[in-house]
Amino acid sequence: MTESNDFTTRTKINTVQLGLWSGAWVLTTALAAFGPKFLWEFSTWPTILGVLINLGVGFKMILVNKRHLNGMDELMRKIQLEAMAISLGVGLVCGISYELLEDIKLTTFEPEISHLIILMALVYTVGVFSGVRRFK
Amino acid sequence: MGNAAITNNVRRLRFDADEMTQADLAAKADVTRQTIIAIEGGKYSPSLELAFKIANAFGVPLESVFQYQDGE
Repeated sequence: MTESNDFTTRTKINTVQLGLWSGAWVLTTALAAFGPKFLWEFSTWPTILGVLINLGVGFKMILVNKRHLNGMDELMRKIQLEAMAISLGVGLVCGISYELLEDIKLTTFEPEISHLIILMALVYTVGVFSGVRRFK
Repeated sequence: MGNAAITNNVRRLRFDADEMTQADLAAKADVTRQTIIAIEGGKYSPSLELAFKIANAFGVPLESVFQYQDGE
């Protein structure tokens, strides 16, 4: 069962690392968002440093995600990539339309990027579940 | 261009190999059991590399496991 252990172990390690770097990115995002107001009173250099750290951790998370994808079983990788493709497309198309709403006076509220991120996350989740079901 | 289809004998070969389980085959081919299930069910065509790994797991040539049928 050595091959199974290697594959399973590798997948577990990659998943844990992805979880850790994702958590780190969330924490640095919180620091960049709330640090200026609650920690260093909008001082310029700590604020810039906070954003740079957040970006750096985010890029590392992207690389770890890529490694996680490449270490996956080929069917799961196909399912994940298809879900990501649909999520990206929906994000792009809906995002642009959503951004237009306030400009063309169809709504009075400002579009928030968090709404788009939630939509993309939901679409991605549905995409993964439907992909898993399709190949059962 | 007709409707090409890849068929396989994975399930039969598993049973012929001392009733090898899907999990055992998945371990030998370095994939998940779900992938083996999808291949056996004709819902997924494996990559060339995976096809060779499966054939090697049974100790038979590739053509004994997977067949390519070019439909009309």
